[in-house]
Amino acid sequence: MTTNSIEQLGLYCLIIVLLTPVLGKYMARVFRGDRTLLSPILAPVENAVYRICGIDADSEMSWQVYAVALLVFSIVGMLVTYVLLRLQGFLPLNPQHFSGAQISPDLAFNTSASFTTNTNWQAYVPEQTVSYFSNMVALAIHNWMSAASGIAVAIALVRGLTRHSAKAIGNIWVDMVRATLYVLLPICLVYAMFLVQQGVPQNFAPYVHAHTLDGRVQTIAQGPVASQEAIKMLGTNGGGFFNANSAHPYENPTPLSNFVQMLSIFLIPAALTSTFGCMAGSPRQGWALFAAMSVMFVTGVIVCTTAEQRGIPAVAACNVMVHPTPGQPGGNMEGKETRFGISDSALFAVITTDASCGAVNSMHDSFTPIGGLVPVSNILSGEVIFGGVGAGLYGMLMFAIIAVFIAGLMVGRTPEYLGKKIERYEVKMAMLAVLVLAASILGFAALAVVLPINAHGYWNSGGNPWTNVNNAGAHGFSEILYAFASATGNNGSAFAGLNANTPFFNLTLGIAMLIGRFLMIIPLLAIAGSMVKKVPVPATSGTFPTDSGTFVVLLLGAVVLVGALTFFPALALGPIAEHLQMIHGKLF
Amino acid sequence: MSITTTPPTDHVKLRTTPEGSPRKTRKQSLLDPELTKQALKDALIKLNPVTVAKNPVMFVVWVGSLLTTGYWISEIVGHHGSPLFTGQVSLWLWFTVLFANFAESMAEGRGKAQADTLRKSRTNTVARKLVNGKEEPTAAASLRKDDRVVCEAGDIIPGDGEIIEGIATVDESAITGESAPVIRESGGDRSAVTGGTRVLSDRIIIRITSNPGETFLDRMIALVEGAQRQKTPNEIALSILLAGLTIVFMFAVVTLEPFAVYSVRAAGSGTVPSVTVLTALLVCLIPTTIGGLLSAIGIAGMDRVMQHNVLAMSGKAVEAAGDVNTLLLDKTGTITLGNRQAVEFIALDGISTEELADAAQLSSLADETPEGRSIVVLAKEKYGFRGRELGEEDAEFIPFTAQTRMSGVNIAGTKVRKGAAEAVKRWVIEQNGAISAQLDDITAGIASAGGTPLVVSVDERALGVIHLKDIVKGGMAERFEQMRAMGIKTVMITGDNPLTAQAIAREAGVDDFLAEAKPEDKMALIKREQEGGRLVAMTGDGTNDAPALAQADVGVAMNTGTQAAKEAGNMVDLDSNPTKLIEIVEIGKQLLMTRGALTTFSIANDVAKYFAIIPAMFAATYPQLAALNIMHLTNPHSAILAAVIFNALIIIALIPLALRGVPYKPMSAAAVLRRNMLIYGLGGVLVPFPSIWIIDRLLVLAHLA
Repeated sequence: MTTNSIEQLGLYCLIIVLLTPVLGKYMARVFRGDRTLLSPILAPVENAVYRICGIDADSEMSWQVYAVALLVFSIVGMLVTYVLLRLQGFLPLNPQHFSGAQISPDLAFNTSASFTTNTNWQAYVPEQTVSYFSNMVALAIHNWMSAASGIAVAIALVRGLTRHSAKAIGNIWVDMVRATLYVLLPICLVYAMFLVQQGVPQNFAPYVHAHTLDGRVQTIAQGPVASQEAIKMLGTNGGGFFNANSAHPYENPTPLSNFVQMLSIFLIPAALTSTFGCMAGSPRQGWALFAAMSVMFVTGVIVCTTAEQRGIPAVAACNVMVHPTPGQPGGNMEGKETRFGISDSALFAVITTDASCGAVNSMHDSFTPIGGLVPVSNILSGEVIFGGVGAGLYGMLMFAIIAVFIAGLMVGRTPEYLGKKIERYEVKMAMLAVLVLAASILGFAALAVVLPINAHGYWNSGGNPWTNVNNAGAHGFSEILYAFASATGNNGSAFAGLNANTPFFNLTLGIAMLIGRFLMIIPLLAIAGSMVKKVPVPATSGTFPTDSGTFVVLLLGAVVLVGALTFFPALALGPIAEHLQMIHGKLF
Repeated sequence: MSITTTPPTDHVKLRTTPEGSPRKTRKQSLLDPELTKQALKDALIKLNPVTVAKNPVMFVVWVGSLLTTGYWISEIVGHHGSPLFTGQVSLWLWFTVLFANFAESMAEGRGKAQADTLRKSRTNTVARKLVNGKEEPTAAASLRKDDRVVCEAGDIIPGDGEIIEGIATVDESAITGESAPVIRESGGDRSAVTGGTRVLSDRIIIRITSNPGETFLDRMIALVEGAQRQKTPNEIALSILLAGLTIVFMFAVVTLEPFAVYSVRAAGSGTVPSVTVLTALLVCLIPTTIGGLLSAIGIAGMDRVMQHNVLAMSGKAVEAAGDVNTLLLDKTGTITLGNRQAVEFIALDGISTEELADAAQLSSLADETPEGRSIVVLAKEKYGFRGRELGEEDAEFIPFTAQTRMSGVNIAGTKVRKGAAEAVKRWVIEQNGAISAQLDDITAGIASAGGTPLVVSVDERALGVIHLKDIVKGGMAERFEQMRAMGIKTVMITGDNPLTAQAIAREAGVDDFLAEAKPEDKMALIKREQEGGRLVAMTGDGTNDAPALAQADVGVAMNTGTQAAKEAGNMVDLDSNPTKLIEIVEIGKQLLMTRGALTTFSIANDVAKYFAIIPAMFAATYPQLAALNIMHLTNPHSAILAAVIFNALIIIALIPLALRGVPYKPMSAAAVLRRNMLIYGLGGVLVPFPSIWIIDRLLVLAHLA
C-alpha cells in the first residue's frame, strides 16, 4: 500500500466513524417518531402524505402484515416499472426517441427486478436504451423506495429485538415515509447540489454531438444525472446513469466527488449500526457490529490494494513499471481510470461490494485475481460488511443470531441476543436465509456452466451460456460466479466480461435478485415477529456479552467461516486457481 | 438420635458393597467391557435406516456410504476405477455412522443397564404383604397403594413406600449407584424407600405409596429408554442448525460437480471428481462430529444428573437448570445447619462468665433440643464444666412450653431459668428482680447480628445472655460467590424476622433474602422473577411447597418429601439434599456447553479438510492448486482418505468428552466464552492439520493409498 492509499483509507474511516453516531442517533429519533430538527418543515408534509394515502400512522403491524405489505408494494412497483419501460416510446422526456423495442420483455423483467430489489444490475446500456423519463420515473422511484424499504425492514427487525412482550413491529408505511422524508430526501438535496457544483450535469437536453480533432463525431450523453447520482450512492443502489457508471466523468468528475461518493455509500449502512445501538439502549451493541464490519472492510481494502499495487508478474517481466512513482501509479492499471489510479479504484471497489451498492469506478474484471477475489468475497459474505441500506444491518443481525446460537451454547446457557432467547424458530429462519442465498448463487452458477442451450435459439443466441464469457479458464468461471453472487447479494456491480443481456441470463439473474431480496427479508421479519413477543432476560455476568471484543471476533468468525465453507470450492476454481496460475505465468 | 441429624450426603458407611449387588457404582469407567460389547451390538442394530433417518446429518452419511459401496461393487465387478480407494472410503463412511451409533449406544447403555437390572429385580420380587397382621407372599407387581409389606435383611423392597415401623440399612445402589448403604427409619424425614432397593439389616414395615406402573422405577426406565426420542428444545434448535449446515454443504458439493465440468473443459486437462470423492468431501464437511455425538451428549447429561442421585422428569428440566437466573434456597438445611448453636456466654456486669455458663448448663441439662445440647457442649468446651448427674439431688426440671417460652430447673431452692429474652425478663420481674439496661443492649445486639439471645436467670437475678446462632454450612459463601460469577442470583428463604435473615444472608453471602416467608410469598417471588424474564429454581419438600415447585422452572423435590411435592417438581433428589440444586445447575450448564463446544469444534474442523481435499480433487485440472496442499499430503487418494478417516476417528476420540461433558469451572460467561473459543474454536481449526498429516503418512506406509 502506498502512502496515498493509507491516507485515503485513514481519512475515509475517520469520517465514517465521526458521522456514524450523528446520523445514527438522528435516525433512531426519526423511527421512534420523536421530534427532530427537521420536524417543523417535514412533519406537515409527512401528515399530508398519511392523510392522502389514508394511512393510520398510529396503528402498527404484525410481522405478517408488514411482510405482505412490503411484498405487495414491491410487486406493484416492479410491474409499474416493467410497463413504463416497455412503453417508454409513448412517454415524454425522450429526446433520443428510445422505444420499448430497446427493452425486450426479458430485459424489462430483469431491469424491473433489479431496481425493485436495490440491486441495480444493468444488463442494458443506459445512455443507448432508456429515456430520461424511464430513468427518472420507472427506475429512480425504486432507488428511493428500495432504499426506504430496506431501512424499514432493518428498523422492524431492530424493534423485534428490542421491544418487550409486544406483537407489532411497526408500520411499514410510516417507516418508509419517514426514511424517505427525513433521511434520504434532505441528504440527497444537498448532495445533488454538491455534485452539480462539481460538474455533474442536470438537464433534459438531447445528446451533444462534438467534432473531434481527428474529424469524427462524438456523441456526448446528457441528462438529469446529478439527482440520480445522489440517491444511487446514498441508497446503495449503484445503477449508473451511464454505462460506465462512476468511472464516467459526468457521473464522477473529480477526486472530491469520488471521495464523497465513497462516503455516501457507507453513510447510512454504518449509521444504522448506531441506530441499532440507540434503539437497543446500548450504543456498544451497535459499535460491536460496526467493529466487525470495519475489520472485514479494512482487511479487504488492504488485500485488494496490495494485490492491485503489486500488479501482474508477467507484465512486470516485460519491463513495465509496476512501482508507483510521483508521475504514475504503477501496479495493475488495466480497467482503471488514470484519474483515480490504484488507491481510489481499489478502495471504491471494496466499498461498493461491501455495501451492496454496485456502482463502480473501475472494471473489477480487470483486477488481478486476488484483487478480484476481494470484491466477490465481499458479496459472498452476504453483503453484511456495512451492506446495503438496511440490508447490511439485517444481514449482520442474522449472522449475529447464528453466531450467538453456536457459541452462546458454550457459556452454558440457552443463547440470548439482547436478552432474548434464541430458540428453534429463530434458528430455523436464520438458516433458511443462509440456505436460500447459497442455493441461489451456487445453483444458478452451476446451471450456467453446464446447461446446454441451442445456438440461435431464443434463450441464448450464442448457444451454451458458459460461452457468453469473454475470458477463458478460471477467469471465465469467476465472471459467471460473480454475476450470480452480485444478483443474489443485490449488489448489482458486474465483473463484466459476461454478456448477460440474453433471455437466459436476464431471467436467471432476475430470479436470483428477487430470491436474494425477499427470501432474506421474509425470514428476518419472521424472526422480528417471534423475538418481539419475548421477555428479555436481564443481563448478568452469566449472560453472553454481545458488546465485547470477544463477540466481535465471534461474529467475524461466523461470517467468514459460513461464507468460506460454503463458497471455498467455487472460489478455488475461480480466483484462487487463477491467482496460482498467474504466479506460474498463465494469464487470461 | 444422631441418625436423623446426619447430614444427608454423609451416607453412613456400614460395610462395603454386598456380594451380588447388581451394580457397584454409577461412576463406572467409560469403557466398561460389558457395556462396550453391548454398545457395539446396538451400534450395528442402529444401522437400520429408519433409526438413522432420525438424525439428518448421519442419514446423509448413511446414504453416502450406500452410494460409495455401490460404486465399489461396480468397480470390482467391472474391473475399472480404483476399488482399493473406493472400498476404503466406503468402509470409513460406514464406520462414521457406526461410531456415531456407538456413542449413542454407550450413553444409553450406561442408564439402560441400570434399568434392565431394576426391571429384572422387580419382576422376580415376591412381596411379604401384611394382611390382618399376617404375612402373605404376593407378587410385587400386584401391590397397590396403602398395602403394607414386611422386609427383612436380604429382601428387595417390592415397591415405593414409606417405612411405618422400624429402622433398617438399605442398599440403594441399584437406583443411586452409591454403594454405601443408607439408613431408613420410620417417622423421620428419611422414611421413604424405593422399590428395587435391598434391605441389608433389620426389619421394617412399609406402606406402599404408588400403584403399579407409577413407581419411581417405572419412571426411571421410561426416562432412560425415552431419552433419545424426546429431544429437548435446545437440542431441537441445534439439530435444525446442523441440518441447515448439512444442506448448505450439500449445495456446495453438488454444485462442485458442474463447476468441475466447466473447469476441466476450460483447463483441458484432468477429470471431473468421482461420486466417491464428492461423497467423501460432503461427509467431511457436514457436521458429523456434533451430529454423531448430539444424542449421546443429551443422554449422558441425564445420566450425570442421575449420578448425583437426582431423578429428572425430563431432559428439558435439566436444560432449564443451566439457564436458571435465580435460585431460591431454604435457609434451614440448605444454607445453615438444621439447628442453631450456642456460640457465646455474655455475662452482665458484676457476674462472672463462669457463673453464667454454670447456670446455663444447669438449665439445659434436661433440654434435649439441639440448641439445649449445644449449650451444654459450649459450657463444657469453653469452661470445662463437665456434665453432671442430677438424679440423686432434688432437681425438678421445667420443660419448655410455647406459653412460657423458657425452660429450666429448680434445684436446692434455686430456680434457674433460660429462655426467650422477653419471657425471662418477665419472669425476673415477677421474682421481684430488676432488669438492667445492659441486658436490653446485649439482647438487641445479638438479635441485630442475626443471632437469638437466650437470657439466663437464677432466682430474681438475670445473669446474662446465651448467644444462639445459625451456623452457615462450610463452603457456602464460596458456592454463592461462584453462583454470582455465573450470573445467578441466590435468594434465601426463611421464616426468621428480617433482621435475623439479613444477618445470615450477609454471612452466607446470598444476594437477597425473603424473610418471614409464607408459601404464598414464595410463590409471589417466583412469579415476580419470571415476569422479569428470569428462570427460577427452588427446592421443597412440603405439601405447601407444591404450588411453588410447580411454578418454578426447575423444582427439585426432596425424596423424603410429600408425594404432592414430588409430583409438583420436575426433579426428585434421592438424597434429599437441598444444596444439590447448585450441582444440578452446573450439570445443566455443562450439557449446553458440551453441545456448543463440539458444534464449534466440528465446524472449525472443516477448514483443514478443505485444504486436504480441494487440491487433491483438482490436482490434474489445476496443478497449481497444489499450493493449497499445505499439509503436503502424499497423493490425492491418501489426502482424501486421511480426511475421511480423521472425520470418523474424531467421533470416537470425542466420545469420552461427550459422555463426561466439557470441564466446567464457575466463572463469568465472558471468561468461559474466551476459554472455550480458544480450546474448541481455535483448537478445532488446528487439530486436524497434524492429525490428517499423520494419517496420510500411515496410509502410505501401509500401502493403502
